[in-house]
Amino acid sequence: MDLSFNAEERAFQSEVRSFIAKNLTEEMKRATALTPSVFSDPDIGMAWQRALHSRGWGAPGWPVDHGGPDWTPAQRWIFESECARAGVPNVNVMGVKMVGPVIIGFGSPEQKNFYLPRILSGEDYWCQGYSEPGSGSDLSSLKTRAVRDGDDYIINGTKIWTTHAHHANRMFALVRTSDGPRQQDGISFILIDMKTPGITTRPILTIGGDHEVNQVFFDDVRVPVANRVGEEGKGWTYGKYLLEFERGSGIASAKLREGLRAITELAESDLTGRAIDSPDIATRISEVEVDIDALEMTELRVLSALQTGQNPGAVSSILKLRNSEIRQAVTRLGVDVIGHDALAVEPMRPLYKLNHEPALPEDMLTAVPEYLNGRAYTIFGGTSEIQRDIIAKMMLGI
Amino acid sequence: MDLNLSDEQRLLRESADRFVTESHDADHRRKMASDPLGFSPAVWKQFAELGWLALPIPEEFDGLGGGPVEIGILMEAFGRGLVSEPYIATVVLGAALIERCGSTAQKQASLPKIADGSMKLAFAHSERAARFDLAKVATSATKTAQGWRLAGSKIAVLDGHPADEIIVSAHLHDHHGPSGRIGLFLVPATAQGLAISDYPRLGGGRACNIELSDLHLPEDTLLGDGKDALPAIEWAVDRAMAALGAEAVGIMQTLLDTTLEYTKIRKQFGRPLSANQVIRHRLADMAIQVDEARSLALRAALKADSAPVERARAASAAKAKIGKCGRFVGEQSIQLHGGMGVTDELEVGAYFKRLVAFDTLFGGSAHHYARHAQLGRGTVSA
Repeated sequence: MDLSFNAEERAFQSEVRSFIAKNLTEEMKRATALTPSVFSDPDIGMAWQRALHSRGWGAPGWPVDHGGPDWTPAQRWIFESECARAGVPNVNVMGVKMVGPVIIGFGSPEQKNFYLPRILSGEDYWCQGYSEPGSGSDLSSLKTRAVRDGDDYIINGTKIWTTHAHHANRMFALVRTSDGPRQQDGISFILIDMKTPGITTRPILTIGGDHEVNQVFFDDVRVPVANRVGEEGKGWTYGKYLLEFERGSGIASAKLREGLRAITELAESDLTGRAIDSPDIATRISEVEVDIDALEMTELRVLSALQTGQNPGAVSSILKLRNSEIRQAVTRLGVDVIGHDALAVEPMRPLYKLNHEPALPEDMLTAVPEYLNGRAYTIFGGTSEIQRDIIAKMMLGI
Repeated sequence: MDLNLSDEQRLLRESADRFVTESHDADHRRKMASDPLGFSPAVWKQFAELGWLALPIPEEFDGLGGGPVEIGILMEAFGRGLVSEPYIATVVLGAALIERCGSTAQKQASLPKIADGSMKLAFAHSERAARFDLAKVATSATKTAQGWRLAGSKIAVLDGHPADEIIVSAHLHDHHGPSGRIGLFLVPATAQGLAISDYPRLGGGRACNIELSDLHLPEDTLLGDGKDALPAIEWAVDRAMAALGAEAVGIMQTLLDTTLEYTKIRKQFGRPLSANQVIRHRLADMAIQVDEARSLALRAALKADSAPVERARAASAAKAKIGKCGRFVGEQSIQLHGGMGVTDELEVGAYFKRLVAFDTLFGGSAHHYARHAQLGRGTVSA
């Protein structure tokens, strides 16, 4: 056993570092640090996607014949960790990490040729149409309906919690194409152009003050049948395949560590009156750090299994659950570290384009909104309660 | 980066699991609980034959040259069977301290005997007033014309009574008074002035308190050349905590398996306990904590020979978190067994008690989170 990376992997690590040093601008870095929502806005996220694409690194998890870099699991881990450490923007994960793998796995040749290059280049920006007002954890009860009319489907219904629907030009959605005895069986996976007539988007502000999610309405929206991925009625299978990717590419610890590092730095600075000198704060920082150590080791154990072709199994549910809980612990700590400054509300967005002097130091601007918005981590992508159900069923067999 | 077991490590795990399953059943454990020795000399002999006592000892001293990861594999199996043989005292602490501090002659005299099972050791360090502070040693060793004179009291000495020799830490005093250095002495169990009061240990095995009064030792009982032994003590205790962490993982896994099985069989309100979501989620949380503990025990083992601060932080991280997870898994195992969990008729309580002992030994969760924080000062912005 060996915790350190070999010479080849270390060489790759320095390659990634020098790429980041060359391409990550101070503006991108600052904008990322000052983004208190889950995803970066497209103006910075897509700039980074273009930089990655020009290096051939636009889609780390894709097979090489679709433009993936053909990395080993260890290389992917190194890449993601270096990106987190450097504070690079989030790319459009709904494209690269969600719909991309589904199109690769189940799409037609035409769909692959059309959509995949546009995801890689950042030309398309995707959003995910899964949840509905009446269908949260019980996702397969969804009611948005697609009725066949010649070569088209006519779609009616509504989707909610749609991240960046207001930026996206495309949506992948689960829609009901038939009613059977098993509600999972009548669902299809469909790709929708957001400019199609009949689609309207309503912004939803989150408690941190950010506009990240939306409700999307479909009113007799006509979508070609050719936009369906795979077979009609098999959408649930494809959608679940995608959720596996959403729940954890298994590389989250580096980002958590970076978040904790920023907060610890604040705690060690005079800005917070050296919050770290309080034994309670110091101990809690250690508690969170140890939790991150444990998560990182679990990630590396999974990675080691993957490297030798073993299936890590239900452990991805553990990774999603712990990542979301630890992330919340990090943001909770952030609020406590900044002390009285937690009282100041900065309503303007984006925080990296304020045209006035904020009421609190820039390094503290995101602490409270991150904590508030961060409550969503244990809800989206399958709530913690659903993850515990999965662990009980898949790991414990009950 | 590779955390898969090597073929040799896999074989070690299989043979340890098999041996412990066959030799350490409930009857054996019950017998050991009331045994004045607290363990079986026959089993100890088998440990020697299997090469486990030689495992971490360097090859030049008839050992196998294994490391903390191999020790961890063994300890996890020991945890599953609540093994009470004095492995930590003799091999993990004793042999390591002699290897690190002893002269060549001292190593030659002890290590091969540990490896073949003919010598058992114990480490007497903790004192009542020091609590968990390893640097605080009031026991004194004063230079005499013939050697050293020791005086003081030690507590919580693991498996001190069956030991042939006891490694005693003492503050070295020379002609000018206290030197500020801690020395380690290899004291024969039969030495005049050494009084052992032995007691059964929480969770199995034995421990003792030791009184040292006017104990005269020859010069060559001091391990090494008399330089401060504190760094070696910290190093050895960090190793022991990694090993004990792995043992705790084995205990927790057994508790989880047992409790899971019970909730599937036990029926109330016409259905198994495990059909209730509140029970399923509790078990999921237990499984998660076992997994986290496993990750941290392995991490502490892999960093046992890293630079001191990195090593110590990894050891304290494991000790703190596994202590916390162990309490949770243990307490919930009892809770889910209902009234039966509180009785001595099931073994759940015995496993739980070993976890409580783990959390206490060398300092509990709170102590180790604080040590972790203290050692981490300034590492963030550095």
